[in-house]
Amino acid sequence: MIAATLAFYLFSALAIVGALNVIFQRNPVHSVLWLIFTFFNAAGLFVLLGAEFVAMILVIVYVGAVAVLFLFVVMMLDINITMVREGFLKYLPVGLLVGGILLAELITVFAGWVMSDSADVLRAAPAPDPSDIGNTEALGLILYTDYIYVFQAAGIILLVAMIGSIVLTHRTRAGVRKQVIGEQNARRPSDTLEVVKVESGKGLQ
Amino acid sequence: MTAIPNLTPAYAEMFLAIAGMALLMVGVFRKSDPIRGVTMLAILAFAVAAVLSISTNGAETVTFNGLFVVNAFTGFAKLLILLGAGLAMLLALPWARNEGVSRYELPVIMVFAVLGMMMMVSANNLLSLYVGLELQSLALYVLAAFNRGNLKATEAGVKYFVLGALASGLLLYGSSLVYGFSGTTSFAGLADALTGAESNAGVIVGIVFVICGFAFKVSAVPFHMWTPDVYEGAPTPVTAFFSVAPKIASLCLFLRILVGPFEDLMDQWRQVLTVICVASMLWGAVAAIAQNNIKRLMAYSSIGHVGYALIGLIAGTQEGARGMIYYMLIYLFMNVGTFAVILSMRVKDRYVESIDDLSGISKTNPAIALALTALMFSMAGIPPLAGFFGKYFVFAAAVNAGLIPLAVIGVLSSVIGAYYYLRLIKIMYFDGSVENFDRPDYSTSLVMGVCALSVVVFIFLPEPLLAGADAAAAALFQG
Repeated sequence: MIAATLAFYLFSALAIVGALNVIFQRNPVHSVLWLIFTFFNAAGLFVLLGAEFVAMILVIVYVGAVAVLFLFVVMMLDINITMVREGFLKYLPVGLLVGGILLAELITVFAGWVMSDSADVLRAAPAPDPSDIGNTEALGLILYTDYIYVFQAAGIILLVAMIGSIVLTHRTRAGVRKQVIGEQNARRPSDTLEVVKVESGKGLQ
Repeated sequence: MTAIPNLTPAYAEMFLAIAGMALLMVGVFRKSDPIRGVTMLAILAFAVAAVLSISTNGAETVTFNGLFVVNAFTGFAKLLILLGAGLAMLLALPWARNEGVSRYELPVIMVFAVLGMMMMVSANNLLSLYVGLELQSLALYVLAAFNRGNLKATEAGVKYFVLGALASGLLLYGSSLVYGFSGTTSFAGLADALTGAESNAGVIVGIVFVICGFAFKVSAVPFHMWTPDVYEGAPTPVTAFFSVAPKIASLCLFLRILVGPFEDLMDQWRQVLTVICVASMLWGAVAAIAQNNIKRLMAYSSIGHVGYALIGLIAGTQEGARGMIYYMLIYLFMNVGTFAVILSMRVKDRYVESIDDLSGISKTNPAIALALTALMFSMAGIPPLAGFFGKYFVFAAAVNAGLIPLAVIGVLSSVIGAYYYLRLIKIMYFDGSVENFDRPDYSTSLVMGVCALSVVVFIFLPEPLLAGADAAAAALFQG
């Protein structure tokens, strides 16, 4: 038990350090690397909660795909960080005002927090029992039955996203030479070569 | 182990999803002139989907584990959406030919957008609501930027995308608060959880966020900033589509969610909506006066119309809901007709959008001038035309619900708004002629004629439409 508590504090502390570094690093590439570090610690927290599937997804999807994509974007866009920071002081008052209002709202909301009496009972006895069934299996059982509608709709959203990005960026460029194997195979020596009888003393014209 | 869910209520959506994918394949593999064939097939798909959704239109049926519902209201809303989308697509075909846009993805993305709208209207859970809304929004972002070589279209797409993502975020945050404080996302469960409960700050803040998200989608003031730029930048047939189908879908969903699960919090959401509604009506009327681009003018006009439609929602009665449905039906014809007129404003093979280009067309193009006159009189709410009845029904509902100040503000702002509608007529009839328009395309004239005629003869045939709207509103309030 003490090991789990220690692990919790270790992961949380490292996650907070990582998150702060994401904000305060001067070099955006370093920020992304710290972000990856934070993701790993969050995954550790999920493992402690017994949600090993979410933990693995976090590592695979966020670290493996999203963060790497961020790295690509940061490197390709070549953001000039001093120019981004230029308007900082100008927008600070408005930002603080909006942030302050949101904070006040959140405090109001969380002050009104009430726990239903039945919630504790439900939490004590989750169905199905976690010792009978693995994370992945339990998720799969409801994802493909109860939530099949939302699952399919999410698939269609991804299809639209794919069509959209192709529509908006794909163009046929002029002057691009593509290999057409059929044309290469259909080429015969007679199309390109000519055997000329050169008479001696005259040369070619 | 689990039985297959009852698919019958969702036949229309499933058909449209499959049709969208099939049309994509048709477009990819058809060599000659794919946009024409794909557009025609898409209109056919809308017709089939409309028939399917009428055939499932009856008693309330819930399926997919409570995520999806059909009843008379969703059926009527889907018919309106399909009608608006079909008419907009008829306008898109000649536009694509004239502008040399030969990309068949335009109708395909429109099909998916309509699918998203139908899913929104039929949502019975905050989860399916969000998924439908996002499918619709994503398709619309792409449509706004479809003319990607054009700087304004790109600007429209980026603006719409960034602000739309923010609105989705607000909606999701509100949904999460509602879920956190009620313990459920299903509409039926929410209705149970919120009945008689003392109003909790968390739920109310959540609902306010959800309302903000929706207000953005229907472009109500103060969440309207994107509308004029997107309307101006997007290709005109896409703007016609934007101004009807997504508005109808979002307003119907707005109505369903507020008088369904959140009915018991009416005192709370009414205040928020009243501010939004009054601001939309006034700003829509005042800001349009200074516009010189007819598409921007239509943007402010649609902001105002959303304000009027919201009056029916604020009334919160069956009569109000009927008035709102009715208003949207009339708004559909007026708006699509006006965009057909805008699409016939072509001088020397080039589309023009300035109001001054309409100058004196009563002599050169009397038919177009007559159609636009009927549509503008209707938008201004002059009595024998359809627009008057739309306004009359929502104002009457507001008065009967005891909201007399709201109705008075509505009448006043529609008088202000009448100025710029009538100004168009004045420019057409009393100003000197500048240039001849090209002969409009066949399908554009058809849409223009049908819409203008239905606005004029509306007074003679409201019975069957009224019956449909009545049944729809009744279905909403039977629970």
